[in-house]
Amino acid sequence: MSAPTVRPSRPRWLDVVGILGVVALGFTVWLGLWITPPDVVQGNLARLLYIHPPLATVALYWVGAVAVGGSLLYLWPRTRSLFWDRLAASAVEVGAVFSALTLVTGSLWGRPAWGTWWTWDARLTSTALLLLLEVGYLALRRVPADPAVRARRCAVAALLIAVDIPLVHFSVDWWNTLHQGGTFIDPGFKIHASTSMSWTFLLGFVAFSLVFVWLLGVRYQVEVLQDAVGDQELEVSLAERWDEDTEHIGGDLVGQAPAPGRGAP
Amino acid sequence: MWHDAVLVAGKDLRIEARSRVALWQVVPFAFLVLVLLAFAIGPDQTALRRAAPGIFWVALLFSTVLAIQRSVAVESGEGTRDGLRLSGIDPAGIFLGKAAAVGLQLLALQLVLWAGVTFLFDVRVHVVWLAVTASLLATVGLACAGVLYGALSAGLRVRDTLLPLLVLPVLAPVLLAGSKVWEAALDGNAASGTQWLKILVPFAVIYLVVGIVLYGPLQEAA
Repeated sequence: MSAPTVRPSRPRWLDVVGILGVVALGFTVWLGLWITPPDVVQGNLARLLYIHPPLATVALYWVGAVAVGGSLLYLWPRTRSLFWDRLAASAVEVGAVFSALTLVTGSLWGRPAWGTWWTWDARLTSTALLLLLEVGYLALRRVPADPAVRARRCAVAALLIAVDIPLVHFSVDWWNTLHQGGTFIDPGFKIHASTSMSWTFLLGFVAFSLVFVWLLGVRYQVEVLQDAVGDQELEVSLAERWDEDTEHIGGDLVGQAPAPGRGAP
Repeated sequence: MWHDAVLVAGKDLRIEARSRVALWQVVPFAFLVLVLLAFAIGPDQTALRRAAPGIFWVALLFSTVLAIQRSVAVESGEGTRDGLRLSGIDPAGIFLGKAAAVGLQLLALQLVLWAGVTFLFDVRVHVVWLAVTASLLATVGLACAGVLYGALSAGLRVRDTLLPLLVLPVLAPVLLAGSKVWEAALDGNAASGTQWLKILVPFAVIYLVVGIVLYGPLQEAA
């Protein structure tokens, strides 16, 4: 008896987004490391800023929008579908990776710029708390439950976490602020950098946004497959157990009598 | 809703009065945290005085987790939650009642902690109204957020390990704001403390409103 299989079906547009994302990321690296000039004040250190702010933007805004939107749409009876639940969960998981990368790149920049890997600066602290909140959500997500129960539980958790984020942001901001405000772009959207630098900076945002969409799509597919495997797990285990039993019985009975299944000569 | 809340709060408080878990476990635990953190800081009186507001709020936060776990455990008996749902009590009433019961226990605990901090760290609160306002606001926020997360983890086998991971980062703004208000209250600097109440007020209001709205769906999910 063969175990049931789950066939992945990845839409073509997702592959296109993935390729575009990788290409854009490659261009960002090329422009950032070889083409753009070093910064007047920060020298080569400024090159890290082509990836750090885009990572942070994705980690906070894109992830937040998808996670909150997905959770709300799941809880709303008219739009209730596991699609929204899986999308929100995938966003949080990808978000945790982006938050961690934001912290790592910020830390790498902070060591030469501020003289320390870690400082209790407002944005560092609030990003660290965001990561912990995401880890909490993912831990809740891992608790085995019926998909509908898990979806509802996780949707509520995502909303509870979302209402906390502005409070975390403000409290930590008041608590200590070392981090600079906007340096590239002021509120009037006036860019203070050379042309190649500002284009690389903008390309970084596009590249990481594309990579986010791609990872989100892939993670969503994995979520679908995981649920499908979860549904078939008992069936698969029973099939394997049955195979073991028949092999065993077959081995014992070889030469005595025809045995069922694989044991039969 | 309010009548239901009073019923549920009365039930939880009666159970506490009879079992005395809060008195014999949560209060000594809070005291233990005070003493352990003092050990970590060392016997330097100046350092201890500076750390006193933070120690007070850390002890309160950890004890809140215990109080919430207890509040969830009360409903974890065979069919108890189903019984509560079948009783026809408004979910918002259950939420408010459980939050009120936890809140009253936390207020009592804060009185004990206040005495403990005064006695052990030799500090005096100069702006009493500020510290009391912070305590009242924080209690509403901690109890509401706590009961919500408690409901989220109710019925799970990993409840006891999951709850602190879920709830402590969420309560971080209360820790920050509470500590700062207490610092200001100890220094007699009311103006800087009032600023931090602006974090505690929305925290309390948001979790109160969200709890009233979301407790129903959460109960079904659990």
